[in-house]
Amino acid sequence: MSVFSIGMNVNADRIEQQNVVSVALNVNGEKMERQIEPRLLLSDFLRDDLGLTGTHVGCEHGVCGACTILVNGESVRSCLMLAVQADGCEIKTVESLSSKDGSLNTIQQAFANNHALQCGFCTPGFLMSIESYMKNNSKQPSDEEIKECISGNLCRCTGYSNIISAIKEAYSSKNSQ
Amino acid sequence: MSKYVGQNVKRKEDYRLLTGTGIFVADIRLDNMAEAAILRSTYAHAKIKNIDISKAKEYEGVIDVVIASDLEGKVKPFTEFVEFTLPSNLEQEIKPTIKRNPEPMLAKDKVTFVGQAIAIVVANNRYLAEDAVALIKVEYEPLPVLTDPYEAKKEAAPVIHAELNNNIQSHFEVKVGNIESAFRQADYTIKTQLKTPRVSGNPLETRGVVAEYEERSSQLQVWSSTQVPYMVRSYISKLVNLVEDNIRVVAPDVGGGFGPKCAVYPEEIVIPYLAMKHKRPVKWIEDRLEHMQSTRHSRDQVHDVEVAFKSDGTILALKDHFLLDNGAHNSFALCCAYNSAAHLRGMYKIPNYNIVGEIVLTNKTPNVPYRGAGRPEAVFVMDRLIYMIADKLNVDPIEVSRKNFIQPEEMPYETDLFYRDGTHMVLENGDYPEGLKQALNIVGYEQFRQEQIEERTKGRYIGIGVSSYIEGTGIGPHEGAVVRVDSSGHILAYVGSSPHGQSHETTLSQICADEFGVSPDQVTVKAGDTSLLPYGVGTFASRGAVTAGSAVQVASKRLREKFLAIAGEMLEVAPNDLEMKEGKVYPKALPSKFVTLREIALAAKPGPRSKVPEGMEPGASVTHYFIPPSVTFSSGFHVAIVEVDKQTGFVTILKYVVIHDCGRVLNPMVVDGQIQGGVAQGIGGALYEEIIYDENGQLVTGTYMDYLIPTAMEVPVVEMGHQEFLSPRNPIGVKGVGEGGAICPPASIANAVCDAMKPLNIKINSVPISPNRLRDLIQLAEAQ
Ligand code: FES
Ligand code: FES
Repeated sequence: MSVFSIGMNVNADRIEQQNVVSVALNVNGEKMERQIEPRLLLSDFLRDDLGLTGTHVGCEHGVCGACTILVNGESVRSCLMLAVQADGCEIKTVESLSSKDGSLNTIQQAFANNHALQCGFCTPGFLMSIESYMKNNSKQPSDEEIKECISGNLCRCTGYSNIISAIKEAYSSKNSQ
Repeated sequence: MSKYVGQNVKRKEDYRLLTGTGIFVADIRLDNMAEAAILRSTYAHAKIKNIDISKAKEYEGVIDVVIASDLEGKVKPFTEFVEFTLPSNLEQEIKPTIKRNPEPMLAKDKVTFVGQAIAIVVANNRYLAEDAVALIKVEYEPLPVLTDPYEAKKEAAPVIHAELNNNIQSHFEVKVGNIESAFRQADYTIKTQLKTPRVSGNPLETRGVVAEYEERSSQLQVWSSTQVPYMVRSYISKLVNLVEDNIRVVAPDVGGGFGPKCAVYPEEIVIPYLAMKHKRPVKWIEDRLEHMQSTRHSRDQVHDVEVAFKSDGTILALKDHFLLDNGAHNSFALCCAYNSAAHLRGMYKIPNYNIVGEIVLTNKTPNVPYRGAGRPEAVFVMDRLIYMIADKLNVDPIEVSRKNFIQPEEMPYETDLFYRDGTHMVLENGDYPEGLKQALNIVGYEQFRQEQIEERTKGRYIGIGVSSYIEGTGIGPHEGAVVRVDSSGHILAYVGSSPHGQSHETTLSQICADEFGVSPDQVTVKAGDTSLLPYGVGTFASRGAVTAGSAVQVASKRLREKFLAIAGEMLEVAPNDLEMKEGKVYPKALPSKFVTLREIALAAKPGPRSKVPEGMEPGASVTHYFIPPSVTFSSGFHVAIVEVDKQTGFVTILKYVVIHDCGRVLNPMVVDGQIQGGVAQGIGGALYEEIIYDENGQLVTGTYMDYLIPTAMEVPVVEMGHQEFLSPRNPIGVKGVGEGGAICPPASIANAVCDAMKPLNIKINSVPISPNRLRDLIQLAEAQ
């Protein structure tokens, strides 16, 4: 939680802690209902309430993209959304990508093949941005389009070149399937 | 016997990180865990008149609120980091002044920078802890603020720490040859000022600590996002007064380090203390805004430099006086400052050299080493000078470089300096002229010069810039490895140097696998846990492969020899006649009569069934601590081709080439990844990144909206070439590679921009080269 979220209750010397609301949503294919504080960030809800810690928090002000998830199929920064706003939504996080048997999906595999991660902290956010891009763009993108697609995700380790190679490989292996 | 060393073995780390099952410190959840939030100073320099924590303490869900006075008698203040103090012979040689200047855990009577921790709230969860932080009232009495090191140095300046008498924390001088007489012989001299600004390493994972105290066994377990878990353990033990062996510090998956996580921070001491005090696990995770303010910054050097040279380009002498603005504290002695002094001459033969370094304190966040640690600053100075000399003589800068290179036949080359580790600084091998040639071939230098002329006539400004570096890597004092075979026949290698993106689990398993003649899959590498072996140092200063890699190699080799001896007993064959391959040992003459690693491991156990030869200790494990004789010198060339938009001052990198020598390459994919990533950070430093404070000491660049980290749009794919001069200073011939990529880009890009704007004769003396700054320089030049 950052100072931005403190900002929401600046003049609250006393906060209504009993103030909980109910949300119903579908996370990674599982329907659920939870009682939460209205101020709870979606990223914190996923990580702390549901234990889905694959979604990482790098900046909590909407720039780094590490917290990217899919909400109704669109990529969204979960640090910029309140959990209550996800009421009735379908959410997908990085934990949903590999198959039940544990095998990696095309883009995950391409990341491993191309050394597209070092510390791996940014990786879930990249995977989710790319997942959404690939769903919406079936045609092999140009280098410029690939860069555009990941321009909202920061990686401090790799210098991006191997992530770009991974996306290219993911497209070609998808197309050859 | 290298089968896997040198191959692109895929990373063992990846699976967990790709599936969201890695564990970073923020992912740790423990029963009954409380969470902490920190109140930080909003003033750069002020007296604390009063801290009112009463409302915060009463707030529902709050467990504790601590301020400095609550720690008295419980948590000792920091001492200086002995790990970074100077060896005595170096101290003798340069006779530095270094005043002790450790920082307080929490600010007590006074704050000295924005972001300094004042109070810690522990509550049932983070939201409540932050609510309570907002209820703490601090009464400040503002003091005059120092943000300019030149002002801070003045005799009349307000003194930040009264006990130091003034704001000059350290001072040293290094002299080689005779500077005065060399300057008298010069045809030309150039005097200039060159500046590398303050930046922030900014790993994508912020800092964080979780601590849990188990009363039953008096064990304190700490997880920290750190590069140096052993150092954290040692300071917790010293400052909280605990038996060292009762503390276990784990660096779990760590989301990047780059230097700033190579220090011990107050939170790493106080959070564990609070977990003990309340007998509850406590977690503190830094947010990015705190990170920008309180995680240590780096660089921030200004060099006043003068160079003497002949009309043929031979450099005779170099004189430099530089200031390092270290912010409010310095716990790292001369680390970066001396690195700058030792590396400034780089690949060049400059027989007369005199450098004075001063570390000055101001009201900013303290500085620590960051990727390159003093070298990018030095390289920026040296390589800008090469271009200035070329301008003066009206020759191609390449000619000036060539004229002054240390030649391959002069290797090993004695620099007449001591290195920071107290050994003589001797460059062991390398061929710099050839390296440059290789780099220029890849970019097509001659052809580019042609194209440049043509493009200029069309009003297009493109330029090429070269920069080079040498880097002492793999610094000691030691790093250890335990290699053992468990009773199931699986090989384990434990090391003291913990990774944060460097791929230790993969590369170290390659080294070990080659010794045993197995696949890396049969080796598990563990690191980042002080319970693995008694001593460890850490991963920083491009030292992981050199030090931990060597330790793993030697320990593996010795265990292999021991296993052959045991197998010899089992098979009744002389060990020399045995072969070890694919998990089996057999007589060379009779491969079908084998024993497996598992069987040998069982036979290594003590007891009546033991087959350990007489005189040998039982057990299937060997520990080795590798102690490097000195650092080993990596080197490299960077060439940037850029285009400058004269109207906007915007710089586009068209091509970027790196040639480097890191000795034996353990895994090319990993090495190339380190370089590409380093270059990306270097590009940030060259074009985008700068920590800015206003005159009140307020941090202006406190978010990712103001502090610009390069995205995929700004970083080109680096083209690479390799030189492979094996280091004689370690058994595997490696040299370090982690930092090299980040060292040159400010210099190569600044040189390329100057080259592009040559018709306007623009001089770039500081980075980042932001569009507005470059546009100003262009306008100024055009007005003349
Ligand atoms: S954590 Fe959400 S964008 Fe950085
Ligand atoms: S792999 Fe470390 S931030 Fe991207």
